[in-house]
Amino acid sequence: MIPELGHFALALAVALGLAQAILPLWGAYRRDARLMEAAPALAVGQFVAMAISFGALAWSAVVSDFSVLNIAENSNSMEPLIYKITGTWGNHEGSILFWCLILTVCGAAVAAFGGNLPSSLRARVIGVLGAAGVGFQLFALLESDPFVRLSPAPLDGRDMNPLLQDPGLAMHPPILYTGYVGFAVPFAFAVAALLEGRIDAAWGRWVRPWTLAAWCFLTGGIALGSWWAYYELGWGGFWFWDPVENASLLPWLTGTALLHSALVVEKREALKVWTVLLAIGTFSLSLSGTFLVRSGILNSVHAFANDPARGVFILALLGLVIGGSLLLFALRAPALAATGIFAPVSREGALVLNNILLCSIAAVVLTGTTYPLFADLLLGEKLSVGAPFFNATVFPLAIPLFAAMSFGPMLAWKRAALAPALMKLWWAALVAAAVGLLAAGVLRAALLPALALAASAWLILGAFADIAARIALFRLPLPASLRRLTGLSRSSFGTTLAHAGLSITIAGIAAMSLAQSAIVLVHPGEVAHVGGYDWQLVDLHDRAGPNYAARVATIRISRAGHPVTVLAPERRSFPVQQINTTEAKISTNLLRDLYAVLGEERDGGAVLRLHVNPLAPWIWLGALVMACGGLISLADRRLRVGAPSRRRAGSAVPA
Amino acid sequence: MNRRLILLAPFAAVLVAGVGFLAMLEREQEGKFDPRGVPSMLIGKPVPDFTLPGDPGFAASDLRGRPILVNFFASWCEPCIEEAPALMQIKASGVVIYGIAYKDKPDATAAFLARHGNPFARVAHDAPGRVAIDWGVTGVPETYLIDPQGIVRWRYVGPLGPAAISAELTPLLRRYA
Repeated sequence: MIPELGHFALALAVALGLAQAILPLWGAYRRDARLMEAAPALAVGQFVAMAISFGALAWSAVVSDFSVLNIAENSNSMEPLIYKITGTWGNHEGSILFWCLILTVCGAAVAAFGGNLPSSLRARVIGVLGAAGVGFQLFALLESDPFVRLSPAPLDGRDMNPLLQDPGLAMHPPILYTGYVGFAVPFAFAVAALLEGRIDAAWGRWVRPWTLAAWCFLTGGIALGSWWAYYELGWGGFWFWDPVENASLLPWLTGTALLHSALVVEKREALKVWTVLLAIGTFSLSLSGTFLVRSGILNSVHAFANDPARGVFILALLGLVIGGSLLLFALRAPALAATGIFAPVSREGALVLNNILLCSIAAVVLTGTTYPLFADLLLGEKLSVGAPFFNATVFPLAIPLFAAMSFGPMLAWKRAALAPALMKLWWAALVAAAVGLLAAGVLRAALLPALALAASAWLILGAFADIAARIALFRLPLPASLRRLTGLSRSSFGTTLAHAGLSITIAGIAAMSLAQSAIVLVHPGEVAHVGGYDWQLVDLHDRAGPNYAARVATIRISRAGHPVTVLAPERRSFPVQQINTTEAKISTNLLRDLYAVLGEERDGGAVLRLHVNPLAPWIWLGALVMACGGLISLADRRLRVGAPSRRRAGSAVPA
Repeated sequence: MNRRLILLAPFAAVLVAGVGFLAMLEREQEGKFDPRGVPSMLIGKPVPDFTLPGDPGFAASDLRGRPILVNFFASWCEPCIEEAPALMQIKASGVVIYGIAYKDKPDATAAFLARHGNPFARVAHDAPGRVAIDWGVTGVPETYLIDPQGIVRWRYVGPLGPAAISAELTPLLRRYA
C-alpha cells in the first residue's frame, strides 16, 4: 500500500510539474497576473508530492519491505537503521527519485524566498525549474520506477555495497546532490533572463545567493566524498581523478567562476552574456555528470548498474534541457548589451582572469575525462587518461590562479593600479617565498609541493592583508581599526574566509607529498618504527558486527616513550554480499594523521600499513572553511534586502 | 553577424557532443561500442617481446609451459581494488597469475599488494608504461590469458568479476590447460 502511494505521489508530481512548467511561463508571456501567481503554489505542491513519494520509498526501506524490488536488491534486514535510510539514495532508482526531490526543494525555496522578485521573473524561474523537473520525474516514473513490486517477496534483501555502509558516505549524496541540483536555480534565472530579454544589476544580486548556496553544498559534498575515499578506501589517497570525481569537480570549477562573474554583473553590469552562459554551463555539467555516469558511457567504481536503453532516454532529456537552453541563448543573448566598461587592470579584470583560469582548468578536466570516449568513437583508438595527465595539466594552471587570487580583492573597480596592491602585499610575497624555500630546503619537498606551500602562505597572508587594508590596521589607532572591523560587510568576511579556506586545503594537499608510510610484518608484542612513532601490535582478535564479522588489530602508538594513542584497524567480511572491506583507523591532532590499516595475516603475525600524514586533515578542514565563508557571505544583508515595493507592502500589514 | 555565430558556438558544441554520445549509446546497445575495450589485436599472436625488472620480475620467455594470466594493475587504480578478491579466488583455484604494475612506484605497488592481498606468482614493474603500449593496454586493470605456447588467447578490460570468470575464463582455461 505505502509503495503504491509513493508511486501515485510521483505521478501527481509529474502532473503538477507539467502545470508548473506551462501555466507560469504562459502567464509571463501573456502578462497574465493570475497565471503567474499560480507558480509558487504549484512549486510547493510539487515539492509536497515528491516528499511523499520519497518518504514512501524510505519507509519501505525502514520496515524492510522486500516485496519492493528496489529494497530487496539494495537493503537487508540485518542492516543498521541509518543505512536502511541512507540506502534509499545509494542505488540507481532511489538516487534519481532523490534528485527529483531536491529539484522540487529548489522550486519550493524560490517560491518561499523569492517574494522580492518581480512577478514575471519569479514565474519564469519557477516555470523553468518545473520544466526541468518534469523530465526527470517522467524518467523516474517510466524508466526507473523505484516502486516495482516483486512476487514472491524474498525472505531477505541482498544488502547494499559494504563500502557504502559508512556514516560519512551516508551524508555525502544528499549534500553533493543539493550542490548539483542547486545550480538549477541560477540556470533557471539565466533562462528566465533570456526569456525576459533583460539582465541588470538586480538580476546579479538575485542570482548570487542561490549560486553561493549551491556552491557551499557542492564544496562540502566534494570534500566529504574525498574524505570518504581517504579513510574508507584505506590507502591514504584522497583524490583519484576518477570520472565521477571529475564530474563533481567540473561544476564546482565553473560554479566558482559563476560566483565571481555574477559579482561583476551585480556591481558593474558587465560580463552579462558570459555569466548567463556560465549559469547554463554549470547546471549542464551537473546534469551531464550525474546522468552520464548512469548511462554506462563513463565507467567508474561509483557507477550504478547501467543500461544503455535508459541512457538514450537520459540523453534525450539532457539534449532538451541543455540544447534547448543553449539554443535560446544563441537566439536571445545578442540582445543583452554590456554597459559597464573597465580597464584590464581592475577588479573586473582580475575577476575575468579568475574566470579564464577556472574555465581553462574545467576545459582540461573535461577533455581528459571525455577524450578517451571520443577517441574510441572516431578513431577507434583505445587510450586511458589518468592521474599523470591531470596532475601535469591542472597544477600549472592553478598556480597563476593562486598568484592572482590575493591581488584581486585589493584592486579597485573599473580602473586600478597594480603598484598600491603590490605595496600592500610585498611582505606576504616575501613570507610566501621563504615558506617555499624552507619547504624545498628543509623538508625536501619537490618543486610542485614547495610551490603549493608557498601559494598557500601567499593566499592566507593575502586574505589577512586584505582585511588589514580595509580596516587600516596600523595606520589608524587600534580602536578605530576595530570599529572598522565590526563595520565590514559579511560578504567581504566571506570572501576572506573562502580564500583562506582554499589556502588551508592547498597546504593539506601539498603536505601529503611529505607523508611517510611503511608496510611491516609484525607479531603481537612487536614494535614497528615509522615516521618517528613506535607502533606496537598488542593483539589480534575477532569481533562480530551487526551484518559483518571483523578481525581487529590493537595497535598502541607511542613517541619517545610517551603513549600517544591506541588504534584498532579492522578487516570486515560481509557474508550477504561476500565482500571484504578494511576499516582504516586514523588518529589526528590536526597537524598530522596517524593512519593504520590491517592487511593479511601470515605465520601468526599481521601485515600492517602505517602512515604518518602531515596536515592531512587540512584538506577537508579547508573545504569546510570555504563553505563557511560562502555561508557567511550568504548571510550578508545586501543579498537579502528586497525590492522597495515589497518592504512597503510588508509594513502595511497590521500587527 | 560574427557575434551571433560566436553565441551559437556553445549550442553547436553541445549538439556535436550529444550526437557523439548518442552514437556511443547506439553502438553500446548493438554491442559494437564498449568503453571497456575492443578485442585485442594481440589475440592469436605471440606475446610481444619484453623483459621487465621486479622482484624477481619476468620476461616474455617466462610465459611458457602452462596457461598464465597476466594482469596489468596499479596501486592508483580504484577498479583494481574491486578486482582484488576475484584474482585471489583465481589464484586459489590453482591458476598462475603474473602481475605487471603499470606506471607505479615499487613501494606503492608493494603497499597495494599488502593491503589487498597478493595473487601474483611474480610481479614486474613497467614504470614507463612501454610494455603496456606494446600489449595495447587501454587502462588498468586489464588481464590477458597466455597459452602454454606463449600465444595470447584472451583479453579482459576492467575489473574481473565472478561473471567474467565463470562465463569466459574458466572454459578457456580448460581448453588451453
